[in-house]
Formats: sequence, C-alpha cells, structure tokens
Amino acid sequence: MRPPALDARLVVRRGAFALDIAVTAAPGEVVALLGPNGAGKTTALRALAGLEPLADGGRLLVDGADLSRHAVERRPIGVVFQDYLLFAHLSALDNVAFGPRCRGVSKHAARREAAGWLERVGLAELAEARPRRLSGGQAQRVALARALAARPRLLLLDEPLAALDAHTRLTVRAELRRHLAAFDGAAVLVTHDPLDAMVLADRLVVVEDGAVVQEGAPAEVARRPRTDYVARLVGLNLYRGTAAGGTVRVGGAGGVALAAAGEEPVTGEVFVAFSPGAVALFRSRPDGSPRNVWPAVVSGFERHGDLVRVHLDGALPAMADITAPALADLDLEPGRRLWASVKAAETRAYPA
Amino acid sequence: MPWPLLVPAVVGLAFLVLPLLGLLLRAPWSTLGTRLVQGEVLEALRLSLVSATAATALSVVFGVPLAWLLARTEFPGRAVVRALVTVPLVLPPVVGGVALLLVLGRRGLIGAQLDAWFGVTIPFTSVAVVLAQVFVAMPFLVISVEGALRGADRRYEEAAATLGAGRVTVFRRVTLPMVLPGVVAGAVLCWARALGEFGATITFAGNFPGTTRTMPLAVYLAMESDPQAAIVLSVVLLAVSVAVLAGLRERWVGAV
Repeated sequence: MRPPALDARLVVRRGAFALDIAVTAAPGEVVALLGPNGAGKTTALRALAGLEPLADGGRLLVDGADLSRHAVERRPIGVVFQDYLLFAHLSALDNVAFGPRCRGVSKHAARREAAGWLERVGLAELAEARPRRLSGGQAQRVALARALAARPRLLLLDEPLAALDAHTRLTVRAELRRHLAAFDGAAVLVTHDPLDAMVLADRLVVVEDGAVVQEGAPAEVARRPRTDYVARLVGLNLYRGTAAGGTVRVGGAGGVALAAAGEEPVTGEVFVAFSPGAVALFRSRPDGSPRNVWPAVVSGFERHGDLVRVHLDGALPAMADITAPALADLDLEPGRRLWASVKAAETRAYPA
Repeated sequence: MPWPLLVPAVVGLAFLVLPLLGLLLRAPWSTLGTRLVQGEVLEALRLSLVSATAATALSVVFGVPLAWLLARTEFPGRAVVRALVTVPLVLPPVVGGVALLLVLGRRGLIGAQLDAWFGVTIPFTSVAVVLAQVFVAMPFLVISVEGALRGADRRYEEAAATLGAGRVTVFRRVTLPMVLPGVVAGAVLCWARALGEFGATITFAGNFPGTTRTMPLAVYLAMESDPQAAIVLSVVLLAVSVAVLAGLRERWVGAV
C-alpha cells in the first residue's frame, strides 16, 4: 500500500505555548488548518517546513520518508509565505528560477523551466518585472510558481489570500484551486477564513489553542460544528446539552428544552445546531407548541446581508436573522424582552 | 524657530565648516597647479588611494563574514568578540601601531616566524601601511554590516532555504544583496577612515617617501618645512574625500 503523502505529528513547545496536532494527507489531497489567530496554525506550518524544531514525540513523514531530522533546504517541501517574500533584487523569472538553480540546474535551463512555470500561472509577460512592480495577485502567483518550481512533494501555503483585496481574492482563489488540483503531492494550507478553507481544501483540520478540535470534510464541519469558534465561522447557533426522548436540555439549570431533529436518534451528550434564519422572534409568547420557545433579551443587532442579525441574551444566547420590516414591527432596541422560537425540524442534533 | 536649539546648531555647524573654509581661503591657488604635479605629492596621493582601497577590499573580504558571524550565529563569548572588534574604534591609533609592531615586527610574535621561515618582514613597507589601515578601519565596516544584517528580514533567508538553498547560497544570493547598501555604507566609512590614517601608519610603517608616506604623513611633514605645501596637500585630501562622499551619497544616506 502507498504510504500517505504526509503523516505528521507536530509537537512544538515555546514558553507557555504548546502545539500538538496530527496532520495526515493523501497524495493530491489539500488539507486546511483552520483556526483563530494565535491557535498555532503558522507554527504548525513552520514546523512542517523545518523552520521550527519538533519537540520529543514529533514525527514528519513525507511519502513515507522521515524528514524530521532533515535541514530545511533538504526537505522536498515548498512554502508560499503569507506576504510571499519574493526576493526584491531578482526579477520574477529569477525568483522562480531560484529553486531549480539550487537543485544544480544550469542558469539557462533554470530560466527556461521558470519561464514555463510563469506561463502556467499566466504571468509570462511579467518575467522581467521586479517584485515591487507586481500587484498583490501577481506576486501571489509568482510565489506559487516559485514554490512549485522547486518540485516539492509537499506544498505549504500560509494564509495564501490574506494579503489580497476582496476582488482580487475571488479570482486568485479560483486559480489557486486549479493549481492545487494539478499538484500531485499533498498540500497543507493555513487560513483563518472559512470560505478560503471550504473552497480550497478537501479536508479541514480546526486548530484551537494548539490542539485539533475538529476535523473532516468541509461540508461535514459546516453542518456539524463542534466548537463555538467553528459555529461562529459557519454562522450557526450551537449548544451542548443532554438528549433524552427526543428532547435536548441545553443551557444547564434554568436552560431550555428543545425538541430537536437528529438524522439518527440521539441520547446522552449531544450538540444541537440551527441557523439564525430558523429563529423567529415574537413580542409576546406565541400560542401553540410549548416547546422550543424561550424568553430572550436583545443585546444588539447589525446588518447581515439583506437581513438584520439580532443578538439575543438570556437562558439561550442566540443569533436570529430577521427582515428589516420585522425589525420595525418588533420595535427592537437593546434591552427589549421578547420571545424566541425555533422549529424542531430546523434543528440538528448529533452526538458530542 | 526655538532659539535654544537653533543657536547651538549654528555654532556646531560653523565649527565644522570654518576650518575647511580657512583651508580653502589660504590655499595658494596661483601656484596650486605646479605644486600638485611635483613628484612627491603625486606619489603620496597615489600611495594613499591605492593603500586605502586595498585596505577597504581586505576589510570587506574579512569584515563581512565577521559581521555575519556576529549577527547570525550564537556562540559562547560572542559579546566579548563584539567588544574586541570595536576596540580599535576607541584605541588611540598610535597604540594600535605599537601593538601591530609587537605582533608583526621583526621580533614580534608572528613577525619573528615570518622572518625566520620566509624571510618576510612587514614593518616599514607598503604592506604595513595597508595593515595599519585595515586595523583601524575594518571595525567601521563590521559595525555597519552587522547593523544591516540585524535589520534585514530573516524570513527571506528562510524562504530561500525552503527553496533548497544551503547557508552559503542563502548568504550569497539573498542575504548579501539585501544588505548591500549597508556594505557600501560601511566600505565608504572604512575607506575614508583608511585614507585619513596617521598614527598607526607612522608607528608601524614609518615615513618613507614612495613606500609608506601617505597623504596625512606628507601633510604633517610639510607643516614643519613648507606650510604652503601642507595646505595644498590638505586641499587635495579634502577634494578627494568630498568627491567620494558625494558620489556615494545616495546609497550612503539610503542605507543608514
């Protein structure tokens, strides 16, 4: 059987901060490390590249070969850095030719190879340009070409789109996706943007405080968040509670009983998630089903696309999306008391 | 304008400029041409330019790696090494000359061996002039380059390493181009210091026309016998210094 393209356990200790995460990837697979600032994502990437030493218990196998003791320059690992770090004194072409030159290829052959890579990322006409003349999107593509020209078996990308403006991001993201699909080694990218992660990656690894808190296919992570951070990223209300007989008690003592729909019957410790759009708000307690209704206090609201996102405090802190007319009808202001409800069919319960 | 700052600033400027002005006002401009082409002046000028340039070249060859060692590596006693490198900056040059004589003189620690094994004697030769200049001037280059190395963004070196470059390649193809302005600035300072070197030179190399009598030595000697000649030599040194400084000003200012 073929070994995984990447099989790593990244253990790094630095003062009070400790990172300990396992990352694996199949050939051609794109794994995104997703997490808040300071979670240790970039440290993990640096550890993979060899720029940060692995502590005891660390492991790094690429295509089955142990690289954990190899110096940075001896690892077949390419990196696209966050601010690209193109060499200012070299042209775009010579930046890309840097890797082949280090491999011992002659200057002429290295440049020809580099020209091929620039062509592939659509920058053939900017070969002679110095990095300072390139736009953000162009610099990103040169950085990608430079990393790929070194013929890595593992490609690392640190916040590859963070430095770009919203418009450029859109096109560069689509191109990057194409180039990553064409790359036959494994790729690990670090991002704090869930959209980048969902679009670019085959699998998400969510890192918080130096540990993996959730991992899986993007759709799975988006549907079934397991931490508040992930829930916020994908825009869901998330609660942990105890399920029994089709009802989930959330919010501890004084909490709320929710009738929740699970894809399979659930009991014991569970998560319940529902979208802010599924929450309805009322000025007085609605009639009908006594369940899934709870008193709430408005703590604030903000525009959210075409809708208004209302933040609710109380027994069950939640976000609710309502229309602008509804906002006027409800006469909302911070501190207003009202009733919130959610249909059982719009909730999802899954084992914790 | 706040006069507590302006007045001392103007006094300071005047103090720096007036002596140079005096030099230009008292220069025997009518006979300048004929005096300049006298053999001894040209000889001293040529020796000064050649030796200062050679000293700068040696300082770059040895000083840049030394600066790299101080800025980029950790080793026990590094603080002590850095302090030692800067000693020639504060040491009176004459003392430096004496020290060089003690090491490289005919009876010196190394000089005796050189004499015994190779029949080579360094003191009182043009080589001694260059060595004296290297001794006093190289620290300027090391300090300047070390500062540039510390200021350089090391992530570019990391990027080069991930592309497969070993440490020497990283240094040659990434680090050096990045700190080039600092190297140039250091080399200019070094060259200027070497050009003006007097104390260590006269102690270690002596004062022989054609071989060790550089411009500063010639100026000093002329002051005793022919003050007019001393002024001419001084004006020449001034002109050469200003020309070099002006030529490299752009990079010099941009670097530091």
